[in-house]
Formats: sequence, C-alpha cells, structure tokens
Amino acid sequence: MAKKNKKDSTRRNFLKQGFTIAAGSLLGGGLIAACTKEQGPVATGEKVKVLTADGKLMEVDRGHAMCCNVPSSADVRKGIPGRHFVMVVDLTRCRNARACVKACSKMHFLAPGQEWIKVFLMQDSEDTTPYWMPKPCFHCDTPACVNVCPVGASFKRDDGLVLVDNERCIGCKFCMAACPYSSRVFNWKAPDNQVDAKYSPMTGVPQKVGTVGKCDFCPDSFLTGILPDCVTACPNGVYFFGDKNEDVVTNGVESFRFSDLVKDKAAYRYMEELGTQPNVYYLPPVDRRFPVEEGFESVPDSSKAAYQVKRAHLKKYKI
Amino acid sequence: MNQPELAQKTLVEIVSRFKKPSALSKGLFTFFALVILWAAYAFITQLMKGQIVTGMRDYVVWGIYDVNFIFFIGISYAGAMISGILHLLHAEWRKPIIRIAEMITVISVIIGPVFILVEMGRLDRIFNIFMHGRIQSPILWDVVAITTYLSCSILFLYLALIKDYALLRDNTELKMPKLQRYFYRKLGATYAGLPEQKKLLERALTIMSAIIIPLAVLVHSVLAWIFGMTIRPGWHSTIFAPYFVIAAVFSGTAVLIIAMWVFRKFYNLEEYITEMHFKYIGTILLVLAALYGYFTFSEYLTVWYGSQSWELEVIYKLFNLSYYGVWFYIAAFGGVLIPMILVGFPFLRSINTITIGSVIAVVCMWIKRYLIIIPTLETPLLPLQDARPEYAHYSASWVEWSLTAGGMATFCLFFMIFMKFMPIIPVADISEAPEHKDFISEKL
Repeated sequence: MAKKNKKDSTRRNFLKQGFTIAAGSLLGGGLIAACTKEQGPVATGEKVKVLTADGKLMEVDRGHAMCCNVPSSADVRKGIPGRHFVMVVDLTRCRNARACVKACSKMHFLAPGQEWIKVFLMQDSEDTTPYWMPKPCFHCDTPACVNVCPVGASFKRDDGLVLVDNERCIGCKFCMAACPYSSRVFNWKAPDNQVDAKYSPMTGVPQKVGTVGKCDFCPDSFLTGILPDCVTACPNGVYFFGDKNEDVVTNGVESFRFSDLVKDKAAYRYMEELGTQPNVYYLPPVDRRFPVEEGFESVPDSSKAAYQVKRAHLKKYKI
Repeated sequence: MNQPELAQKTLVEIVSRFKKPSALSKGLFTFFALVILWAAYAFITQLMKGQIVTGMRDYVVWGIYDVNFIFFIGISYAGAMISGILHLLHAEWRKPIIRIAEMITVISVIIGPVFILVEMGRLDRIFNIFMHGRIQSPILWDVVAITTYLSCSILFLYLALIKDYALLRDNTELKMPKLQRYFYRKLGATYAGLPEQKKLLERALTIMSAIIIPLAVLVHSVLAWIFGMTIRPGWHSTIFAPYFVIAAVFSGTAVLIIAMWVFRKFYNLEEYITEMHFKYIGTILLVLAALYGYFTFSEYLTVWYGSQSWELEVIYKLFNLSYYGVWFYIAAFGGVLIPMILVGFPFLRSINTITIGSVIAVVCMWIKRYLIIIPTLETPLLPLQDARPEYAHYSASWVEWSLTAGGMATFCLFFMIFMKFMPIIPVADISEAPEHKDFISEKL
C-alpha cells in the first residue's frame, strides 16, 4: 500500500511539474539541436553498446548515443525516434482483478464508469471455455480511427502509439464509430475533479467535455522510465510492455525477449482478419492460473447482469 | 394578347394568391415559429450541459441527429434529380412544378448539415475542419460535396428565377414595399427576354442541370461512405452508395408529391398542378420504390445468406420482432409496397392516394435510416459488458426530438418565407410557348 501511495505521489508530482519538465526538455532538445547544427555531437571517447532496429548490437560513442531519445514537447505528434511500443497480454494470468482498470481510471481522472481498459468475459463458442480478456487500446498500425478523423485530433506516431489531442478534437465521434474494438470513450458532460495540469496528448489529462479519450499507453510515464500504470498495478503480471525494436517486453518483474515470447507461447492478435494490425498481442488462455468464476468477485452486483447476456443471435442459430 | 402581357396577367393572378395570408397560414406560421423557439431552447440546454442530455452514449455515438441529416439531404434530391433530369429531357410538363422541387432542394440542403453541427461535441472548434482538415476523412469529402451542392442548387434556383424576377421588376399592378421592389430590380437584372438572353439563360440552365445531377449523386454517395468506410456490420457494404442515392431520390420524389398536394390544395393551383403531374411523378415514384426495394432485398439477402456472426447479429436484431422487427418490416415492406400498390393499380390511382403513398414512403424512409444507424452501433464486435448497462441501448431524448421537430418546422417555415419572394409557379416559363416538341406529354 505504501508503495502504491508513493507511486501515486510520483505521478501527481509529474503532472504538476509537467510543464516544467516539458519546458526543460524543450530547452534541452533545443540545446542539442543547436549543437548538432553547429558542430555535431561531441564525442566523449566513452563507448556504449546499443541495439539497432534490426537487432544488431553495436558500440558507439556515448556523445552520439545521447542524441536520440531526447523527448521534447515538439515530438508529441512524431513520437520517440527508433521505438515501436508493443504490449503482450498473458490471458493465462488474468482473473479480472480489475486493478489495471482502477489504476488507469485514477491516473487519467476518468469519469465514474468510464474505462480506458476493459476486461471482457469471453467465450468464443458454446463448447469452448470462458476466460477473461483485458483490452487496452490496440494502437493499430493501420488505425481506422486515425483514417477517419477529419482534423487529425487522433494521430499515429512513428513509435507506434495512437494518441488523441483533445484540444483539437471537434467531437464528431467518427473515430468511435470506426474503431471495431470500442476502445474509445466520450466525455458526454464536463468531467469533475480534473487535475490542474497543462494538457498534453501524452498525458491525456485533464479530460475535456465533448471530446474523445482512450488508452494512450502512458507515454508520459515511460519517458521517465516508468511502466504504464496498468502494467505495474496488475497483481498477476498479466501485462508485458516493451519495445519491439529492442525486442524486450517486461511486466516489471519478469522480462522476455518479445520475439521469443510470441513465438513460444503462440501469441495472436485479436481479430487479425480485420487488417488493423494491432500492437497488442495475446498469449492464448491455456492452463489458466485462476478459475474464471473468481473474476466475478471484483464485479459490482449492478453490472453482473451484463455478463449473462450472450450474443443475441447465438441463442437462436447455435453458432 | 402578346406573350409578356399574358405573363404579367398570370403573374398578378398567382402572386396575389400568396399575398394575403389566410388565418390558417398565420396560425401555422406562429406554430412553426414556436416549435423552432422550443428547439432553440433544447439546443441551448445541450450546449450548457453537454451531450449527456441526448440519448447518445459511448456505443451509440450517433443518434437521430444523423438520421435527420441523411433524411434532409435525401429529400433535397427532389430538385436535383426531378428538375435536373426532366430539364435535360425537355419534358414540357415539368414546368409548373420545377420551382417547388428546387425550393425543396435548397431548403433541405440548408437544414440537413445543421444536424451534423448539433451532433458535434465541440461546435466551438468547427474551424478546425478548415485549419487542420484531413482529406483522408470522409467527413471532409462531405464538407466539400455539400457546400458545392448547396451553392450549385442556389445558383440553379436563381437561374430559373431570373425570368420571373424580370417580370416582377416590370410589374406595375402589384403593390409591394419599396425594398422588395428594389431587390426584384437587382435580381431581375437586365433580363428583357431578348433572343440572345433567352439562349444564354437556357444554356446556363442546361449546363447547371448537367452539373447538378452528378453532384447530387456524389453528395449522397459520400454520405453513404461515412458509414460504408467503417468495418462495421450493416454499414461496410459495397452497394451502400447507390443504395443511399436511390433511397434519396425515392424520398425526395415523395416529398415533392406531398408539397405539390399542399400547394394545390391551399392555394387553389388546380389549373397549374394537374392530375397529370401527380400521375407522372407518381410513376417515377413507383419505379424508384421498385428500385429501392430491390436494393434492400439484395443487401439483406446477401448478408443473411453469408451469415458472418457479427453481421448476423445485426440482421437478427432487425428481423426479430422483439428487437427492431416491427419497425423493419413496416419500413422495408410497407414503405415500398404500399406506394407501389397505390400508384400501380389504375383504379387506386388518384391525387389523394398518390399523396398518401408518398407520406407513407417519407415516414418509412426516416425509420429505415434509423434502422441503418442505430442497430449497427448497438452491436459492437466485443461483447457489450459495460459497467453502465444503460449505455447499451439508445433511445432519443426530449432534446433530440425537439431539435428534430425544430428541423421539420424550419423546413415548413422556410417554405412559407421563400414563397413570399419567389413565385411558386414559374410564371414566365409556363406562359412561354413550348420550344421543344414534347414527345412524352404528347403521347400520354
């Protein structure tokens, strides 16, 4: 508990100081850019090992290595160079503890009932087993939501993230209609209890009335070396977050080589046939650690009924 | 009596009919104005409290605002297709009704997009569309298409009005305020019926009707593509654009028949708008109903036969009586078959039955658009397990119904205002001797 509080205060601190940090990094970015322009990066003589995008380990001068990976506020729409963020969700471990949902809603100041991560009770057909499936935004590589946005309020970054700029959003909701995974939520009324922070699409905070919000993979956190909140909040280590280029994913406790993990555990992406190219991979729910019934413990009585409703036509056509 | 004198006589006769508002029209005018005021109150409520006052929620993100948008853009086809196509075909009999058709077009293209504006969560950021517009988005296609369509429709209406404005300008018998006369002088410009002026105007009108037909087709195609471009069941269909276009011409024609009936009845235009007009336009309605029914059948048969589970879920909701079945059968069968029967059988065919068929068609087309938008949105791909069960189902709130009523009232009110300043019967046109031989009206 103490640990959690500490983490929360770090987060709040970050939000409060968001502007300072952004200004600082802008200044830093500017300085480096100025250096590059005039005399290039200064060689220090000290060598460091880096992994290239195609998986080669190389040794470069530390001065050169510093040049990329300096986030600045100007990068909000471009993303962090050389990165390709992915998430792996291990369905064998999920028991609908809903800690991820709560942490996410708290961090992003979501309205009651609004969820950026949803946990579904899935049953693919009548004879197969039910399982819990957490679903963040898939940050698709061919995102339907970004294609249809008339003003570029939803945008795709080079590092794979799909973010929403709720200061540009006109609230047409076309993205919500276009997203086949219902990943987006709308602020139907002015949200209460918003933090007084400078808005950035990286934090998604504060929420604004008449605009769209969705899971953003918490890019503000991992810029400072912190994993997204859902990853750290999960008591069972369901979420693995990482960089496809670095080929590493971690849930904070265990780390895996991404390519090995998806190969060995036969990972899949939800509804591959839709062609949206998601960046979230699922490890199939084989040998589940928890019985599915346990998941209902954390569901309030008022919303239990939702899990009883089967797809309308299944009853009749027995598909 | 020579031609200008005849035209002036007809003009005085027609304009004076619209001059003195009857008690009924005064009452209606007040009623429509009150409905619009009420709608304005509803809209202000929505602006103050946010869209929480509507029935729209996270799954059903579009409601009857979108239904009204498609509905109004649909009925705008009255002018574009009927007047445009008939102009190109040189059908002489069209002349008395082109003004009504073109007025329907302009008014409904003005009202339709308003519903998209009220559907937006952040109306205050509307200019972002111009500042940050992205041409990849079908919404941008819509903005471009509809603004072009509106400007062309206004131009088309005005070009057809020039001759009448010239008559009004030269008129000395009618009493009218100075300002009105001033405008007629400006709008009538220098048109004096000279042969070269006539030829030029005729050419301009022909070009405009040739432009306006593809434009109208494009507008509704783009509208259909807003839905068709998404990968959702019930929307992601290749025939959606032509389906929407046919639906639009169908509903536009039906609204034209209703408007013809209203004007004929309340302004005693029996000698201008005759039974022949109802029968001709009714026949067009019949053909369109058949085409529309064919598209409906083709669309749902394909999806039902293919039976993809996501698609089937929407189909199930539409076909099942405990969901939308009743409405679907009324809209899909009633809206197509009843107008066809009423127009199709000679012993049933009369001015009144054709009008009744049109009213049924228009109402059913509104319902059908509701059934295109809402059931699909109520059927997400992933199971609907929301912590807020009330988010699963859509029902329009009083705010949405008020604005819908406001839209309909504005349509009628605009008509009442427009007809004060534009002769509802194209006087100059009907006083002219037919220039082209009209094979169709000769034969029938």
